[in-house]
Amino acid sequence: MELVLSLGIGILTGSGVWLILRPRTYQVIIGLALLSYAVNLFIFSMGRLTVNAPPVLPGAAEIDPAAFTDPVPQALVLTAIVIGFATTALFLVVLLAARGLTGTDHVDGREPER
Amino acid sequence: MIAAPEHLVIAPVVLPMVAGALLLFFDDRERRLKATISILTAVALLAISVMLLIGAHADGEAGAGRVAVYLVGNWPPPFAILLVLDRLSAMMLVLSSVLAIPALAFSVGRWQKAGPHFHTLFLFLLMGLNGAFLTGDLFNLFVFFEVMLAASYGLALHGSGTQRVRAGMHYIAINLAASLLFLIGVALIYGVTGTLNMADLILRIPAVAAESRPMLEAGAAILGVAFLIKAGMWPLSFWLPTMYTAAPAPVAAIFAIMSKVGVYVILRLSLLFSAAGMPEGTSSFGWQLLFLGGLATIAFGTIGVLASQALGRLAGYSVLVSSGTLLAAIGLSQTGVTAGALFYLVSSTLTISAFFLLIELVERGQDTLANVLAVTQEAFGEGEEDEEVEAEVGVTIPGTLAILGISFGLCAILLAGLPPLPGFLAKFAMLTAMFNPAGLGGAGTEAEIGQATWWLTALLIVSGLSALIAMSRAGIRAFWAPVDAVVPRVLLIEILPVGLLLAATVALTVQAGPVMRFMEATAEGLHQPWSYVEKVMSQPPTVRPEAER
Repeated sequence: MELVLSLGIGILTGSGVWLILRPRTYQVIIGLALLSYAVNLFIFSMGRLTVNAPPVLPGAAEIDPAAFTDPVPQALVLTAIVIGFATTALFLVVLLAARGLTGTDHVDGREPER
Repeated sequence: MIAAPEHLVIAPVVLPMVAGALLLFFDDRERRLKATISILTAVALLAISVMLLIGAHADGEAGAGRVAVYLVGNWPPPFAILLVLDRLSAMMLVLSSVLAIPALAFSVGRWQKAGPHFHTLFLFLLMGLNGAFLTGDLFNLFVFFEVMLAASYGLALHGSGTQRVRAGMHYIAINLAASLLFLIGVALIYGVTGTLNMADLILRIPAVAAESRPMLEAGAAILGVAFLIKAGMWPLSFWLPTMYTAAPAPVAAIFAIMSKVGVYVILRLSLLFSAAGMPEGTSSFGWQLLFLGGLATIAFGTIGVLASQALGRLAGYSVLVSSGTLLAAIGLSQTGVTAGALFYLVSSTLTISAFFLLIELVERGQDTLANVLAVTQEAFGEGEEDEEVEAEVGVTIPGTLAILGISFGLCAILLAGLPPLPGFLAKFAMLTAMFNPAGLGGAGTEAEIGQATWWLTALLIVSGLSALIAMSRAGIRAFWAPVDAVVPRVLLIEILPVGLLLAATVALTVQAGPVMRFMEATAEGLHQPWSYVEKVMSQPPTVRPEAER
């Protein structure tokens, strides 16, 4: 499982980095989205991978922490997803505005001379 | 404590949030009402943060001052979401509200009409700023950063226009990428230490196993890159001048403190980490990187200042010079230099903010093409003039131009770091501390002045000189050169904020003694953070009289 997860994160990051270095705004936004998926998975993996363990502790009884999964990264990922979603949506609007104002989808707002 | 009741600590976050949300209920045509509410909020914020500052400075141990800890969910410290108020955060709160009032007042003149929800976004930006200054844990720092950035995206695009949208798009893309780095850094640190609370982190770092150490260091480094992007360290700073130039004037004025947020976090975290004995090698590598990066940033900013043909870009590059100076001073990691750097932070932020507001007023009477021509002519024609002439000639030119000219001259003096204004005092404080590490008249200081000190000294002086050259050139072009100059129409509400900010810098000069003592106490508290850590970790949750919930 560790291998699959780390491969997944690696592929997402690699594609994301490649895409944000591309000259078209749409590629940049997709790159940022892929990168944020990779980061979310990464945060998740920082809480260590556990299978079939609940993150929420039951009442007052003595508990064994090893039987539970770390709830903090899950909370962090939720927050990161929400924030990433909102900022990506905002970026999308700016991207469309830039396309409308400059007439091109190049990130510099003008086509490079060939 | 009469000066700082318990719940006042969270007011700088809650107040702008509530006020900003409230403004959403009014139609955008009710501008007068909206402006009144938001300016009143900013004034209230100033009052609150001054009270907090007095509370933080007043009594308590000499080192950390009175550290106030506010547990938001009333959980005990390592788990709690907490706000921590010490001298540094109180100072930054005061600074942000001091900048907010003039910027908001300035916007009443014309800018608030340029697009919807200006005041709401502005207040949310303040909320994010204040939250970032107050928070005591890394993840909430991220959240407040995002609040601040999301509001700043909206503000940067306020008024629309091709140039603004283009610069704004770069700004957003870079900051989104930086936020992802921020998250990776936070996640790595959490993965190794199992905590996000800054104070708890410091206690746990020494216990980290040797094989996990590289992970922790990588996490800290990645986190640092995210903040250095915000602070604008070369070579992460190419977005900054374009962005600040394109932003509307009142927005640029408050953005002056946004690059300082990055500096603030670096200052706080690097000193905390070094107190926790992040291994000597890494620690010194980190300091060196900050120092050298700072030097490179000053150099880059200086070249930019000299090369700028438009006033807006000049101001943008001045932001870089100021960031670079701060980073280099932090990189030296001496208590005295840090105190000077804090003084510099306050004075340069006020200056740049005033300058951004002023530029918009001055440029109303000009067209940009004339600027380019003027510079080209100068290159082949006459040399530079002295600065002090400007005030004398001010009498003969019409009223508006005279006031603008005097303000411009003051900005030039501040940016160049000439006496008597605080730009000079701050640089002097830093240089004195650098050359006398043991304090003035301290023993054995003769031989210890290193190469680094000389480099920084030289760069500081050169950057001041080039600011002076660039400013007098720009001043001549703006006020004397135009033959048939159109006198810009300036409203009282627009020139007053500039005057207010400049008056604040004059006040800094007059009160330089007490302010400097405060900065020294702050720097000492930062360099010896153990009482801060202790106070945060030992804060007991409030005992509630009734049953839970």
